[in-house]
Amino acid sequence: MTGAEPAHPVLRLSDITKRFGALTANDRVSFDLARGEVIALLGENGAGKTTLMNILFGQYTADAGTVEVFGRILPPGAPRAALDAGVGMVHQHFTLAGNLTVWENIVLGAQSLTALSLKPREVKARIRDLSQRFHMKVDPDARVGRLTVGERQRVEILKALYRDAKILILDEPTAVLTPQETDALFATLREAIAQGLSIVFISHKLHEVMAISSRVIVLRHGRLVAERRTEQTSREELAALMVGAEVTAPEIRPSTPGAPLLSLAAVTTAGIGSAPGLDAVTIDLRAGQITGLAGVSGNGQAALSNLISGLTLPLSGEMRIAGQPVGDWTPRMAIGRGVGRIPEDRHRTGTIADFTLTENAILETYASQFARHGWMDWQAARAHAEEMIATYDIRCPGPDVRIRLLSGGNMQKLILGRVLETGPQIVLANQPVRGLDIGAVNYVHGRLAEARDKGAAVLLISEDLDEILRLSDVIHVISEGRLSPAFPRGTMRPEDLGQWMAGHGFEEPAHAS
Amino acid sequence: MDLFDILISASFWAAAIRIASPLIFATMGELVCERAGVLNLGIEGIMVAGAFAGWIAVWAGLPLWGGVAVAFAVGMALGGVHGILSVPFGLSQHVVGIGMTLLATSLTFYTYRVVLPEVSSPPKIEAFQAFEIPFLSKIPVLGPALFAQTPLTYAAFVLVIVTSLVLYRTPLGLAVRAAGENPSAVAAQGLSVTAIRIGAVMVGSGFMAVGGAFLTMSAFDSFFFDMVNGRGWICIALVVFGAWKPGKALLGAILFAAFDAFQIRLQQTPIGAVVPYQVFLMMPYLLSILALVVMSRRAEVPAALMVPFNKGER
Repeated sequence: MTGAEPAHPVLRLSDITKRFGALTANDRVSFDLARGEVIALLGENGAGKTTLMNILFGQYTADAGTVEVFGRILPPGAPRAALDAGVGMVHQHFTLAGNLTVWENIVLGAQSLTALSLKPREVKARIRDLSQRFHMKVDPDARVGRLTVGERQRVEILKALYRDAKILILDEPTAVLTPQETDALFATLREAIAQGLSIVFISHKLHEVMAISSRVIVLRHGRLVAERRTEQTSREELAALMVGAEVTAPEIRPSTPGAPLLSLAAVTTAGIGSAPGLDAVTIDLRAGQITGLAGVSGNGQAALSNLISGLTLPLSGEMRIAGQPVGDWTPRMAIGRGVGRIPEDRHRTGTIADFTLTENAILETYASQFARHGWMDWQAARAHAEEMIATYDIRCPGPDVRIRLLSGGNMQKLILGRVLETGPQIVLANQPVRGLDIGAVNYVHGRLAEARDKGAAVLLISEDLDEILRLSDVIHVISEGRLSPAFPRGTMRPEDLGQWMAGHGFEEPAHAS
Repeated sequence: MDLFDILISASFWAAAIRIASPLIFATMGELVCERAGVLNLGIEGIMVAGAFAGWIAVWAGLPLWGGVAVAFAVGMALGGVHGILSVPFGLSQHVVGIGMTLLATSLTFYTYRVVLPEVSSPPKIEAFQAFEIPFLSKIPVLGPALFAQTPLTYAAFVLVIVTSLVLYRTPLGLAVRAAGENPSAVAAQGLSVTAIRIGAVMVGSGFMAVGGAFLTMSAFDSFFFDMVNGRGWICIALVVFGAWKPGKALLGAILFAAFDAFQIRLQQTPIGAVVPYQVFLMMPYLLSILALVVMSRRAEVPAALMVPFNKGER
């Protein structure tokens, strides 16, 4: 190959348009991908990134426009054709079967369904060969259900490489990874580029986009609004392009912490399913302080939030609320003692999807504040909901709308409002901004800081280290149910936290159970 | 007769294997459906339909294996209806399954009355006869128990081996297992989850129908209402007992059948003279429940069992 050869695009999207009912998810989007190039597709949630990639991969059919791979137009709506043309996609939600082994997952669909044998030996040899070439350690015989998230992602990438993919599409690949795993992923991707692959990298994390891509394409409301060479742009510019306006994050000032409102001393709890429980955890949640809890999800966060919200009791150890030891502890008591919860899953546990906004707004206070002589006072409830819509800037048709129809950001504002309206002593914020766009993120963060300044003890549970580092006055890391020491604001770098998240630094090994 | 004598007698084990045969067919059928992610509660009705279809076909003049083929085809057709309702339409698998059982049972009785309007007792056919496999059938105890059965019983055991091989050793089986575990993994490879699931339900239902046909064409030589008598429901439990694995499910079927054969013999011992016979009838079910409690606690349920799959919609 000669350097003088004009860069021929390996992939060309032309005027892709896709509508879902009244919503235009993609509006005449076009771009080219050259060989050995990494394009970052940047945009907020709902900007149309995933839709666009699903069209490219044939999972959706575009209303207009064409996808060309190596100069040939792909038939619309046929993932098979995309695979055969050399397009491999690593989905945000992994498409792996947990009870199958790594090699079975990789070979699924790669052989003719009428073949009489899976040829396990050949398949495994090929997988070992690929994992060496691309420096991805993985055991072909391991059950996928037992792998860590990072390992599962390697299986997904291997799946694409096994099919001789020349173009890799990665949809939010770092969303669930620790910083170390992200570094390993980037090393793999660089190796892939060196071997002639081309990559489309979908993300909304600016520092990653700056680190890995050669070109950035920004989508907003389904439109391609900007295209930049990575070396000629900046995080600030990209953030503004993504949102469509200058972005100002709320300023979080250091706080002066007060007395502990909730203390755990050597508390151990039962595990939840396959996730561990707490293992001799000691922690103080102080008034006027945001305590950040970093960690890969599934390491005991659920056990801690269940404990605080009254769903479980400690097996051993002591729990104190405002200095008083608690014996009996139920969700009702937790609400009574001023524990406000922003649950991890706003769809499943935060709201009741088919209830109205009004009904959802009073879920925790209907009996105490909106009932008279055992009868609901709907007028008062509705007035309260209207007030919340105004105070918390909930964009919606009105208080009678079913909550299901609200966007994630507005749903979260309602939950936030429901918590803050009661003037909580302790705020349990579990992944409060997951899946929200920058505007909503800033809003939620600002309000949490405000609650802190009013004297609440805020526990922020998050997998997003940027969020933890920005908001927390003190940080703990949780790994396999164990808690790291408290690190004050400004003493930790993301890499340091990543080490703890991976389980390094704890005094004793995790209990075998 | 002593209890121990029963357990070492060839006739007891021969009976156990015979009683197990229809269960093995239907359990394999249910297992295939569930491995693909579809709970098939139509099993009881499909067995009734298969029992009737195979028998009536032979009565009408088809050879015995022709009758088996007819039963299989009827099962496939009913499975097709189940599949279309539960897979592309995504209807509740419980409701569809119970509906299919009622539909298949009623259709069978209706057809019976249409074909044989005025008979008081159903006609008999020339059923499958025991076929003694040379040499093997001469092994003491084991020989008469395993190798002096009807061809349809041998077919049941072959089916377990084939099901196992297909599920674990072929790309098709891998796709079926993946469809029951995470259908989006199948769809992401450009394969049709709908086709795989409907196919599995149709083939599985075919096996169930052959299980039913065993009753009319091998165990007996005629068709009676109520002759399936809850065997389908037992097979649902056997799949769970077998942790969705063909080999273990086969063991479960034999174990249940052995309990059944045992209680019949127990009724003829001195104990049987004292204890009401209903207690013995209850025994296999009771023991099955106990075995289920012990065995299936740690079983891995196919993760997408009973979860309809809608591709690419929002």
